[in-house]
Amino acid sequence: MEYEVIVVGGGHAGCEAALACARKNHKTLLVTGRINNIATMPCNPSIGGSAKGIVVREIDALGGAMGKIADQSLLQIKMLNYAKGPAVRALRAQADKITYPQQMLKLLNETPNLTLKEAIIEDLIIEDGKVVGVVTETCEKISSKAVILTTGTYLKSDILIGDTRTRQGPHGEKPSNFLSDNLKKYGFKIIRLKTGTPQRIAKDSIDFSKTQIENGDSVYHTFSFDNKPHYKIEDQIPCHLIYTTPLTHKIILDNLNKSSMYGGLDDITGIGPRYCPSIEDKIVRFKDKERHQLFLEPESLYYDDIYLQGFSTSMPKDIQEQMVHSLPGLEHAVINKYAYAIEYDAIYPTQIKRTLETKIIENLYTAGQINGTSGYEEAACQGLMAGINASLKLENKKPLILKRNEAYIGVLIDDLVTKGVRDPYRLLTSRAEYRLLLRHDNADLRLREYGYQVGLIDEKRHNKLLDKIRKIKELKDKLISVKITPTSNGLLVKLGSTPLKDGVSLYDLLRRPEITLSKMNYTFDYDDDIIEQVELNIKYEGYIKKAEKEAQKLINLENKKIPDDIDYNKITNLASEARQKLNEIRPTSIGQAIRISGVNPADISILSVYLKKEYHESR
Amino acid sequence: MEDTIAAISTALGVGAISIIRVSGNEAINIVNKITKFKKLDKVDSHTINYDYIVEKDKIIDEVLISVMKAPKTFTKEDIVEINCHGGIATTNKVLELLLTNGCRLAEPGEFTKRAFLNGRIDLIEAEGIMDLINSKTEISRNLAINQVDGSTSQLIKDLRQSIIEILANIEVNIDYPEYEDIEEMTTKMLGERISDIENSIKTILNKSENGKIVKEGINVALIGRPNVGKSSLLNCLLEDNKAIVTDIAGTTRDCVEGTINIDGIIVNLIDTAGIRETNDVVESIGVNKSIDLMNNSDLVLLLLNNNEELTNEDMELLDNIKDKNYLIVINKTDLAAKIDISKLDKDKIIYISALNNKGIDELKNKIKQIFNIDKIETSDLTYLTNARSISLLKQSLNAITDIKMGIGNNLPIDMLEIDLKNVWNLLGSIIGVTYEEELIDQLFSQFCLGK
Repeated sequence: MEYEVIVVGGGHAGCEAALACARKNHKTLLVTGRINNIATMPCNPSIGGSAKGIVVREIDALGGAMGKIADQSLLQIKMLNYAKGPAVRALRAQADKITYPQQMLKLLNETPNLTLKEAIIEDLIIEDGKVVGVVTETCEKISSKAVILTTGTYLKSDILIGDTRTRQGPHGEKPSNFLSDNLKKYGFKIIRLKTGTPQRIAKDSIDFSKTQIENGDSVYHTFSFDNKPHYKIEDQIPCHLIYTTPLTHKIILDNLNKSSMYGGLDDITGIGPRYCPSIEDKIVRFKDKERHQLFLEPESLYYDDIYLQGFSTSMPKDIQEQMVHSLPGLEHAVINKYAYAIEYDAIYPTQIKRTLETKIIENLYTAGQINGTSGYEEAACQGLMAGINASLKLENKKPLILKRNEAYIGVLIDDLVTKGVRDPYRLLTSRAEYRLLLRHDNADLRLREYGYQVGLIDEKRHNKLLDKIRKIKELKDKLISVKITPTSNGLLVKLGSTPLKDGVSLYDLLRRPEITLSKMNYTFDYDDDIIEQVELNIKYEGYIKKAEKEAQKLINLENKKIPDDIDYNKITNLASEARQKLNEIRPTSIGQAIRISGVNPADISILSVYLKKEYHESR
Repeated sequence: MEDTIAAISTALGVGAISIIRVSGNEAINIVNKITKFKKLDKVDSHTINYDYIVEKDKIIDEVLISVMKAPKTFTKEDIVEINCHGGIATTNKVLELLLTNGCRLAEPGEFTKRAFLNGRIDLIEAEGIMDLINSKTEISRNLAINQVDGSTSQLIKDLRQSIIEILANIEVNIDYPEYEDIEEMTTKMLGERISDIENSIKTILNKSENGKIVKEGINVALIGRPNVGKSSLLNCLLEDNKAIVTDIAGTTRDCVEGTINIDGIIVNLIDTAGIRETNDVVESIGVNKSIDLMNNSDLVLLLLNNNEELTNEDMELLDNIKDKNYLIVINKTDLAAKIDISKLDKDKIIYISALNNKGIDELKNKIKQIFNIDKIETSDLTYLTNARSISLLKQSLNAITDIKMGIGNNLPIDMLEIDLKNVWNLLGSIIGVTYEEELIDQLFSQFCLGK
C-alpha cells in the first residue's frame, strides 16, 4: 500500500482533509490538477460571513487550518450583526487571494506524512465494494486504504458565457471528464449543479469618487482562538458600494435572450443556487426594485483586480461591457475577467453517511461541492470532518459525528445526508434550530475537546481550554459573592436602571440588559473573552436554558439508534412513501428519521414499536 | 425524558363522568399546578384525591384525581387521571388547561405505544399496536380536515404569512447584513407588527363560536311578562340537571339562574324576570336591563301565555328581539288557548306546559338544532382538537407577551425572534403545517440577494 489516504482535489475541502489525515499520522497523498492552484478562491475574495464565520471558528476549534490561514491573509475584517444578538454575530473578512493559497501551500509542505502530486483523477480502484486506490488520466494507479473526493466544480465542468459552452474548470483549468461517469457506473446518482461568478475590474479604471466607502472594524478580530492579530487596523483595505442604474436594467432586459440562462443556451440542466442568482435573475424576479446593491471588493495586494460582488451573469462579453459601463464610477472600467456561469456534476448527498463516507463504496469519502454545497467554509469543514472520520476508521475508532445542537458543521452535514439538496447548499443561521447554542464566542467550548480527543489539538492548546473553563466558573462564583446594595442606586439610575430596594448579587444584577461589569466600574483580572462569556451566559440564561432543553429532546431522539441491517420492507404498517424514504436515506437514529420529509409521526411510532419488537431496543 | 402527554380517555358526551389521562415525568407536577389544593406532589402513589381544577382562582370543576407513580402503571410512567363531572365543555376546558401548562396532546394510540415500549405489554401485541396507530391516525386525519373551519384556518394562514414575512426580514438582516438597501426590522417595528398579530389572535379566539360554545356554553335569556311562567319553565329545565356546577364568565354572570347540559353542551339560563319584578317601581330601568341581557345572549326565549291574548307589552318585547336569535315559547297549554298567533313566526313557536312538564324535550331539541349540537357531538374528536387549538392560541399569546417584554428590556432582535418563531410554529400546529424549508423559501422569494 503506497498511501493510507488519497485526497483528490486541492481546494478548501481537500486541504483540510489532507492536513487532518497527515496530522493524525496517516501517510497521505493530495492529488490536484495544479499545485500552484491549491486553496485558491475562485469566486469572492472573502472568508466568513453570517453562519460561515462561525464555521471557520468551529474548524479552528477542531484543529483545522482555515481560521489560521485566513488570519494571515486579511485585507479587512468585520464583526457582523453585533447589535442583533450574540447568537448571530460572525466574522467576515476580505482575504488576499494570493496570500491565502501561499500560506496554505506552505503549511501543506511543512506537514509531515503529506505528499502533493499533480494529476487529474479519472477513476477509482474498487475491490469487494471497497475503494483501494485511484487511477490518473495517464492510467497511473496509486493504491491507498481510503480515498477522499474533494473535486469541487471540476467534475465535467462547463463554463457558460452567452451562447458558448466550454468544457473547462474555473479560470481555464482542466476538469475531470470521466470520474463522475465512473461514479455513476458504480451506482451513484449524479446531479448537475450550476454556479456563477462576476467580473473582475481593473482597479485603476474605476472612479472611486462615485462610490461609498466600506471600512473594516476599528477593533481587532481573529478567526483563530490561538492567533494574535497579524494586521494593523489602519492598514485595512476598504471595499466600496455602488448601485445599478436604470440603464443597467434596460441593457439587461433588452438583451435577456442572449444570457446563457435565458435562452442563449438551450441545454442548461444545472440548478443554480437560490441565494446567489445572476443579476439578470434579480432584475427579472424583482421587477419593482429600482436598483441593486453591488460591492467592489479588492482581491489582493499583489494585483489590481476588483471583484464586482452582486453582478454575476452569463451574458455574452459585449453585453457585459455595456452593463459594467452603465454603473456609476465604472463608466470607463476595464474588465480583466468576464463573468461566467459554471455547470458541474455532484453526487446526490443522501448517498453519504454522517461520517461523509459513501454508502455505496466503503472507505470512499466525499466533501465539499461534490456533495452539493457551495462556499469555501462549507467545503473546508466537510473536508476536515471527512479527514477526521477517514482517519478514525483507519484507527478502528468510533467516528466523530457532530450533532445539530453542537455545531453548524453538524447542521450542514445532517441537512445534506437527511434532506438532500435542490440547489447548491449554503449555510444560513436560519438552518440551525439551536443557533443560540452555536455561537461565535463559544466554538472552542463546544468543540475543542473533540479536537483534542481526535488528536488535532495539542496538549498546550487543550490546557488553555481547560484553564478558560476553570476561569469562567471562577468568575461566575465571584460575581455571586459580590453584593450590590442600594448605596449603588445613584449609579444605577444614571445607567437608566431601576434602583434597588435590597441588596442583590452582582451576578443577578447583570441579568439586567443595561448593566455590564464595566458600566458598574467592576474590574476583574480576566481576559475579555472570559468576561464576555460570563456576561453573555448570565444575560441570556433564560433563553439559553430553553434552547438547551429543546436540544436535550433532540439528543434523546438521536440516542435511539436504528440498526444498520434494518429491513424496512418487513414493516408492513409503514406508509409507502415513508418506507421508500427510509430505505433511501437509512437514518442511523430515530432523531434523524424524524427529519426526513415524508416520514410522519405515525410512521415514527410504528418504527419505534418495530425496533422494540425485533431488536428489543428500549428507550 | 419523554414529553408528558394528555388525552380524554373516555368517550365524550356519553356518561356523566369523563376521565382525562396524563402520562409522563411531569404528569404530577402539571396536574398539581391546576388544582386548588396543590398537594398532589405529596400524596401517596395509587391514591384517589378530592380536589378542584382551577384556572387562576376560578373553579372549573370538582374532581377526583388518581395519582399513580411509575413503574406500576399502564405506561410504566407516572400517570394522573382526572375524573371530571362537568360534561364535555368542562372536560375540554380541563384538557385545555393541561395543554397550556405543558402537556402535549397524545398522538393516536400513544398511551398503548408507551406501555409497549416500556415493556408493560407483551411483544405479541406489537403488531396489533402498529395496526392501532395506523387506524387511529387515519381516523384523526379524516377528522383533522374538519377540525378547524375554513375561515379560521384562512385567518391562521394569513397570520402565519405576516409572521413569516417578519421572520424572513429578520433572517435576511442577519444572513445578509451587507445589504443596506433591505429595510432593517428594528425592535420598534417588530413591536408594532406584533401588536397587530396579537389582536388578530385574540379575535380568532373570541370569534371562534364553536370554541366559545364549547368553553362557555350557550347563553339563553328568558323574557316575558310577569306570571307567564318563567320560573316554572326554569324549574322544569333545571329539574334533572342539578348536578352541574359551573362558574360562568361574562357580564351576565349575576343573572344566571342555572345551567343545564344538553347532550354535553352547557346552556346557561338567564332569567330576566327577577330584574323586572324587583325593579317594578321604575319600569323603564327593568326593560333596559332586560334589553342588555338579551343583547348579550346567544338565544332569547320569549315566553307567552297560551291562556291570554297578546298584550302591547308582549308585542314590545317581540319587537325588541326581532333581530335576535329567538324562540317563542307558549306556556300553559294545559289551559284553554286564547292567544292569537297570526302575527307570530310559526317556525319559531314551541308549545309547552311547564306545569305538566310537557314540551320540554321539544324545546331542548329545538335548541340543539339551532346550535348544531348533534353535529358537534358526533365528531367528539373535534373537541379534542379544539382544546388543543385553543391552548395553542393561548400559548401563542403568551409567547407574544414574552416578545413585548423582551422589547421593553431592550433584548436583541435575535432573542425576540426565538419567541416569534415559536408563535409561528404554534399557529402552524393548529392547521397542521410544519415545513421548515418554508422560511428559507420565503427568504429568497421576498428579498433580492446574490453575489
